[in-house]
Order: sequence, then C-alpha cells, then structure tokens
Amino acid sequence: MGTGTYLDLLLAGLVVTVEVSLLAWIIALVTGSVVGVMRTLPSRTASAIGFAYVEFFRNMPLLVQLFLWFFVLPELLPKSAGLWLKQMPNAPFWTAAIGIGLFMSARVAVQLQAGIGSLPRGQKLAATALGLTTVQTYRYVLLPMAFRIILPPLTSEFLNTIKNSAVAITIGLLELTGEARSMQEFSFQVFEAFTAATVLYLLLNFVVVTAMRFLERRVAIPGYISGK
Amino acid sequence: MIGNFDFDVIRRALPYLFFEGMRFTLTLTALSAFGGLVFGTLIAMMRLSGYRLLARVAGLYVDFIRSLPLVLVIFWFYFLVPYIGQWLTGASRPISVGAFASSLITFIAFESAYFSEIMRAGIQSISRGQPAAANALGLTYGQTMRYVVLPQAFRNMLPVLLTQTIVLFQDTSLVYVLSITDFLGAASKVAQRDGRLVEMYLFAALVYFVISSIASIGVRRLQARISIVR
Repeated sequence: MGTGTYLDLLLAGLVVTVEVSLLAWIIALVTGSVVGVMRTLPSRTASAIGFAYVEFFRNMPLLVQLFLWFFVLPELLPKSAGLWLKQMPNAPFWTAAIGIGLFMSARVAVQLQAGIGSLPRGQKLAATALGLTTVQTYRYVLLPMAFRIILPPLTSEFLNTIKNSAVAITIGLLELTGEARSMQEFSFQVFEAFTAATVLYLLLNFVVVTAMRFLERRVAIPGYISGK
Repeated sequence: MIGNFDFDVIRRALPYLFFEGMRFTLTLTALSAFGGLVFGTLIAMMRLSGYRLLARVAGLYVDFIRSLPLVLVIFWFYFLVPYIGQWLTGASRPISVGAFASSLITFIAFESAYFSEIMRAGIQSISRGQPAAANALGLTYGQTMRYVVLPQAFRNMLPVLLTQTIVLFQDTSLVYVLSITDFLGAASKVAQRDGRLVEMYLFAALVYFVISSIASIGVRRLQARISIVR
C-alpha cells in the first residue's frame, strides 16, 4: 500500500465520488433538459420520443444499466470500437459517469416537464403574441422560470446522483464506498471503515444542501412563496 | 455479435432465474415494502406527534438514512446485523444471519425512511378539521389515527407508495454486492459460468423493464381512477 494512510485512500475515494457525481450531473442536466423540453413541445413525435426515453431509463435498475454499458455495449459494437472501449484507461470511471448521468437524466426530464407544466399558460401565449419563436420562448421565458421553480427537487436529484455513484462499486470503481469496502477487507476494521465513509457522505450532503440553499435564495423568483 | 446470440442459454437458465432469483427478488420486495410501510408510518406518526424528543429522533433517523447510499447501508447492515442479533438475544457471540434475513432487515430499515416521508405528506394532506372532529366525538389518539386519518392518508398516497415500491423492486438488485442470488445475481452467476454476459444481462434488463413498465402503467391507471373520485 506504500506510504498512504487509510484516510488518504478514503479521501481519494471521496474525490472520485465527487468527480463522478459532478460529471454525471452535468450529463443528466444537459440531456434531461433536452428530453424534458421535448416532452412539452406541441410536436407529437418529439413528445413521444421524450416519453420513450424517460420510460427506458426509469424502468431498469441502475445496476443493470451500468452492466449494459460496461459488459454488453463493447460486445455489440463493431470489433475495433468494442476493443477500444474495453481498453480505455479508467473505463469504470467513464462508464459510471455516463451511465449514472443518463439514468438521472430521465429524472431531470420529469422534473423539468413538471416545472414547465406548472407555469401559467399565459406566459407561453404572451411570448408567442410578442413574436418570439419557439426557441426564444423557451430560452427567454419558460426555461428561466421553470429551472428556478424546480431547483429544490433538482437539489435532491443531485444528492441522489451522489448516492447513486456508490453503485459504480459493482463495475470496479473505487469511489468512497469502494475504498471503505477495500479498507475493511485489508484491515478487518469494519466499523472504522464504514463509519469514516458514513461521516464523509454526511459532510458531502451537508455541503451540497448548504450550497443549494444559498443558490435557491439567490435565484428565487420575486412574488413566489420562496421569493424575496 | 447478434449472429451468435445464444437464446438457448437463456432458455436453459429460466427455471433457475425465476424460481431461485425472481422468487427471492419478489419476496424481498413485498416484505420490505410491507415492513417499510409499517415502520415508515410509525416514524411519520412520531415526527408529527408533537413530542419534541420523539419528533427529533424520527427526523434525525430519516435524514441520516436518506443521506447515505443504499450500497453503503447494505454493507453496514451485513456486518452489523449479527452483532444486533447478539445484543438482542444475549448470545455470547455474534449470531449468524442468513442472506435473506440480513437483506430484509436492511431494506426495511432503509425504505422505512423513504416511506415515512410519503406517509408524512399523506397525513399532513388530511385537513385539520378531521382529527379535531374525531377528538370532539371522543375518539382517542389511536382511534383517530386508526379510523380517520391513516385510511385516508394511505388512500391519497397509494400511487406514490406503489411507485416507491417499484423503485424498491429495482433497488433490490443491489444485493448483488453481497453475492446473493436475487434475479440479477442469478443472471450474473449464469453469465459468468457460461461466459454469456451479453445474453444474460440483456435478458435481465428486459425482464426488469417489462415488470417495471407494466407496474408503472398500472399505477398510472390507478392514479387516474383515484383522482376522478376526489
């Protein structure tokens, strides 16, 4: 094990947890926003595609999805592409980030759809009456409102992303839970290892919740219950 | 790759997958949902009881469990349950607990935190006048809860409770980390034995997808029916 202490290992695990969660969250936000918007568009086709996307990613356990990306996808691709995927350095990290990101994106999409749906119809109508295109309506009217309204549920989805990153232990990623598990296997110090991991998760949670409360106050919409 | 997709591997493994694996998964899901609901309701009642200490303890428990990943909680209980058993029975050494009992305790402890939040919302959705009226009629707290508040709370929250049960059904796959033979565990064991990862994992994904989809369509139907009544 060299010179590092177990604490160093756990902290390294914490860093991996944070990195995977942030990357997954970016993927989830971007993809989820696109899909969420699609579900609210007047186009039947767009709405149906959005629906299928959400159902696909919501109705399979995250663990199974990670296995599909990690074990199955390289086999289904053409030989060279599959080989490239398998030999990619840090494959568990990228698989986890993308897999968890897509899994969470379905949840973000549902939240955003609800957020846009909660806006009074008049907003969209007024935007159309002002001559805004659909893109402009979403960009300048609907999305800035919707995102601020769904900020609290988005916070809990981000916390879920952090928690879900522990599932990546199954594809061999040494994130926080993984490091605690391997520390317990090396040292037989069950309680110390898991207590340390637990405390680190609680701290991480606390930091995220505090930061998001701050953000929520900053962007609160005047006139709403949460507003100034 | 699709060319040498081996359906026969799946066909031969079917009895094992469903009679061993799926039976474990479904039993664990059903019992955890039931236990989670019972304890979740108790926790929700504690939080709303008006006794500061009780409410505080329940709140801390819920917040604590909800900030930990399920995988970590599974590991925790896997190692803790034998010691808890020793403490409860007064045995001289940690007692050995089977894989099923261990995961059942884990999931009940974990899910009761989530179910309690749903039940709390359900209880709070009942208008204040109802417990007040029950009180005026001379019903005790227990009777008020039993005959007035909880039946309505369950009913209002039924779609959410069922959706949470679908999530629970998917989450039970995480017992994989303890090498337990649930549905995914069974699929994974066959996959590794026969070197047929693609077939087995695709099949497992399909089965989870079909069951969860049918269940969530059912919940949506139910929700539509309930919302007409109200």
